[in-house]
Amino acid sequence: MSDSPPELTVSLWRGAQEGRYETYKVPLRENQTVLDVVTFVQRHLDPTLSYRFACRVGMCGSCAMTVNGRPRWTCRTHVATVADGGRLEIGPLANLPVIKDLAADLRPFFDKWQQAKGVFAPSQTREDDVARVRPDSAARIAADAAIECINCAICYAACDTVRWNSDYLGPAALNRAWALVNDERDAGNPERLRSVAASGGCHACHSHQSCQELCPQRLNPTASIAGLKRRTMWAYVKGEL
Amino acid sequence: MNVGLYVWQRLTAAVMVPLVLLHVIVIFYATRKGLSAADILARTRGSLAWAAFYGVFVVAVAVHAAIGVRNVLAEWSPLKDRDAGILASAFGVLLFLLGARAVLAVVLP
Amino acid sequence: MTALAHRQSVLWIAALVHRLSGLALAIFLPLHFLTLGLAIEGETSLENLLRWSDQPLVKLAESGLVFLLLVHMLGGLRLLVIENLPWRNGQKELATIAAGLSAVIALILLARLF
Repeated sequence: MSDSPPELTVSLWRGAQEGRYETYKVPLRENQTVLDVVTFVQRHLDPTLSYRFACRVGMCGSCAMTVNGRPRWTCRTHVATVADGGRLEIGPLANLPVIKDLAADLRPFFDKWQQAKGVFAPSQTREDDVARVRPDSAARIAADAAIECINCAICYAACDTVRWNSDYLGPAALNRAWALVNDERDAGNPERLRSVAASGGCHACHSHQSCQELCPQRLNPTASIAGLKRRTMWAYVKGEL
Repeated sequence: MNVGLYVWQRLTAAVMVPLVLLHVIVIFYATRKGLSAADILARTRGSLAWAAFYGVFVVAVAVHAAIGVRNVLAEWSPLKDRDAGILASAFGVLLFLLGARAVLAVVLP
Repeated sequence: MTALAHRQSVLWIAALVHRLSGLALAIFLPLHFLTLGLAIEGETSLENLLRWSDQPLVKLAESGLVFLLLVHMLGGLRLLVIENLPWRNGQKELATIAAGLSAVIALILLARLF
């Protein structure tokens, strides 16, 4: 008598802010990612399931969801590494409004990005020479260490300070602010430092470091925020803020 | 928490590191030697040094604790930022008054 | 939808201990100042307090306070290091050592008080 094929028991969040987990049985395969599992449910079991993805190969960050309590890129998370005894619980990213099922509304995340002045402010025009930036200068090294953020919002979902403090700009926005603070071509620092020195800015960070633990790009927002704390502290003491 | 509060909290923390260590050593010494109230007060009454030491300590702890409490209230209670600040300031004032009273109690001749 | 998974991290626990010890100290301090103010009433009141605090249970509580003080201070030093010195890895190990050190010192003090 042949065994029935192995199965995963998967609980998926259905609904919006209010809702419940619904359970599905999904065939367990070798080399299966969590995104594969969600896709299987939507294609074969329940076409009304809503979820988000794009590249499927760990470059865009669109597929970020909460998997067994941790925010992760589902396309880069193998079932074998996370399934707790053949069970998976998948929900939308935390700390964000839920649009439907597994899709979260990232607008607050991007609003805070703007609030932190995470936008390059040019200091020259196309008529000027190309800026000469030494890649081995301390400032450029600091900027390069923080620049690879693709706005997947995993750090934002993982951060308890975001959860406790609705004003807190969050690790990603502040990390980008730090990258720009170190960009010698940028002219927006006076305003930027004021934004991150205000209530809800970098000083709200308690260095829990969930952000740097979970960032799929291996960025370190805690270190970036520490840099912002130092910069703003000196600016404040010198009366520049 | 903004840059101003941050600077004051970190500054008072740094100031208190040596004060705390000294305080724990002093209290431990007094307990080991079995000093009575009379012994202790004989050393502290009229002493400018003890007044300065504990005076600075009281001011620093009032500021530091008030800011810390403010953060906890703002993050863990339903209070808004402004209300958390008011309550925390009241707490800071209370600490300062009680602390100053205690210091005066032992240093006034 | 509460997520508890990443809250098992040593650094998260360190931050929680830092916050809770601070709260405990904030509650203790006004009481501490009030009792010291007894010296205003004269030596007898203070002497009575000192004798009362000779009890083993009080000594145990005092060791607990020293532990809270040390762990809060070391937790604060952790933050000052992260925020003002170049980034270092291995913080989890340092945080655990710091907590252990506080406990050891508090226990030594407790032992020597008896």
